[in-house]
Amino acid sequence: MNDRPHTVSVSTSDRLSAVLSGAVRRVSVILWRKPGLSAGLLLAPPLGWFLLIYIAALAALFISAFWTTDSFTGEIDRTWTLSNFQAIFGSETYRLIALRTIFMAAAVTITDVILAFPFAYFMVRLASQRQRVALFTLVLVPLWSSYLARVYAWRLIFAHEGVLNWVLHGLGFQSIEIGYTNWAMWIVFSYIWLPFMIMPIYAALERIPYSLFEASLDLGAKAWRTFFKVILPLAMPGVVAGSIFSFSLTLGDYITPVLVGGPGSDFIGNVVYANVGIANNVPFAAAYASIPLVVMGLYLMAARRSGAFDVM
Amino acid sequence: MNGIVQQQVGTEEAGLAEEPVIVRVSGVKKKYRDVTAVDHVDLEVRRGEFYTLLGPSGSGKTTTLRLIAGFEKPDQGLIELNGADVTKLPPYDRDINTVFQDYALFPHMSVAENVAYGLQTKGVPKDECKERVIEALRMVRLQNFGERKPAELSGGQRQRVGLARAIVNRPKVLLLDEPLGALDLKLRQEMQSELKRIQAEVKITFLYVTHDQEEALTMSDRIAIFNHGRIVQIGTPTDVYEKPADAFIASFVGTSNILHRHGKRFVLRPEKIRIAPLGQLFDEAGLHVEDGRILEAIYVGMFTRYVVALADGTEVTAVRQNFDRTTARFRDAAGTTVQVAWRPDNLFELQ
Repeated sequence: MNDRPHTVSVSTSDRLSAVLSGAVRRVSVILWRKPGLSAGLLLAPPLGWFLLIYIAALAALFISAFWTTDSFTGEIDRTWTLSNFQAIFGSETYRLIALRTIFMAAAVTITDVILAFPFAYFMVRLASQRQRVALFTLVLVPLWSSYLARVYAWRLIFAHEGVLNWVLHGLGFQSIEIGYTNWAMWIVFSYIWLPFMIMPIYAALERIPYSLFEASLDLGAKAWRTFFKVILPLAMPGVVAGSIFSFSLTLGDYITPVLVGGPGSDFIGNVVYANVGIANNVPFAAAYASIPLVVMGLYLMAARRSGAFDVM
Repeated sequence: MNGIVQQQVGTEEAGLAEEPVIVRVSGVKKKYRDVTAVDHVDLEVRRGEFYTLLGPSGSGKTTTLRLIAGFEKPDQGLIELNGADVTKLPPYDRDINTVFQDYALFPHMSVAENVAYGLQTKGVPKDECKERVIEALRMVRLQNFGERKPAELSGGQRQRVGLARAIVNRPKVLLLDEPLGALDLKLRQEMQSELKRIQAEVKITFLYVTHDQEEALTMSDRIAIFNHGRIVQIGTPTDVYEKPADAFIASFVGTSNILHRHGKRFVLRPEKIRIAPLGQLFDEAGLHVEDGRILEAIYVGMFTRYVVALADGTEVTAVRQNFDRTTARFRDAAGTTVQVAWRPDNLFELQ
């Protein structure tokens, strides 16, 4: 007696699932016949997100860069004008800040390439499996802690009575004062973005078969020639990928200059921050913020022209 | 002693005994942690020879090649090139070039740039370099492919580029590490004769590594057979096939039957065994004849392979060429009683 309702419910759900699986089957047959449709369905959500969040925001930024703010009422004046850009290029201060940011980004990138390459090479070619895991951990552990905490840590290292001078004293050297200088910024930036340089270079080096290295030696090339003719060109996509990180992250940063840069070390980001928050001049901020975008665009074009992406 | 004697025989038969020794490996040993990859290997390669290191994987043949190339350093022993000790020289100071199993072409360079790499390293003048690259590409029949990138070539073409990149340097010795291993059968056979043609043209000593016994027999002047890190026999292809030094060689080079008779062991190759139905005479006198029963008949197309149980229980493999198209008779032969026969002098006694 007990069985009956049970049996009935099973057979209903069976029928339902049969109908459902029939529908699923028909849909999957249609998708299988039209691969373009299934690709479109897969792509639609991320593409929609991308267009809305990235492209639309960038477009809004670029458009508002050609507007102005009424300095008296603070209201935005939507008349097209180049006055923001004229103000930027006409002012020695703004030019200096832009150049300082770009030069710092370049210096940090070069430093990180020089530090990361041998490190990644050691990890790929020479380290044992255990050493490799240990080095990976060492590279990644700093990323688990807060960016702010790490920059503050450097403040303590550079301070007058800080770790750096304590060590120098212990070794019998004079103390140095590099806190709140461009040198301090350079060191901190190079430290913070180093993992983002090591990882892509590691990935690029790992893809180079060892036999290419042997072939180069076999054909009479010594280590230096092998490095510049074979290893470096093939690792170039990794170097470029890493430099995109270190370069653009430095270009856009405004916290490190405040914390370890001290006075007279403003970055583009600080000017943008001041104009959005304090001066309420969003169009000017937008105009100034487009400088890193243009610089990055030029950098990528140059990298592409030099053939860095050819071996990808 | 045995190995040395056979080596002498080998060169005489190949007509190269007069040529000077160009590569001499003596007492070379190489260990990786606790695995002995190469264990006291001695070999002498004469100028112009096509010398093959043959053996199963892990037998030490590739390690020996890498030691000669300079990619590995021996723990013991001496490697001489053209009379000079090169044991401690790095690869770039040895007058040797290598053709790699995975081709190892530089993917960011064109075919011509790949071939020119070794010449540019040596500082060969531009004009001469260009000429020699064209010449090398012509030799491997890729004269119109100079501008291509390796990724745009087929496997066989890449192998040719690898070959051109090595021979363009005119090394004393060319090392080839299973160069045809990744190619399909047809292409491999084409490349085998191609390699022989090129060797005849450039007159460079070839030191060739393969695990394919047929390839070794087809191409080599002499073969050194490796097993467990040691050379177990050196000889001409006919030497190692017809007079294998031990049971391992007998079974590794071709298939063979090992017969135990009178407390001795004999090698008998399948193609030397004749099969006839009971009561039928063999067309040759002086044969040793035994009765047997066919256990299995395998049709291979060109021939049929039979597994026959002899009266004393030994199972031997025999092949019979499919002279006629009606092979059903032979295919369905399992279970029938037959006579097998061979010429007594085709038995080779194992030491």
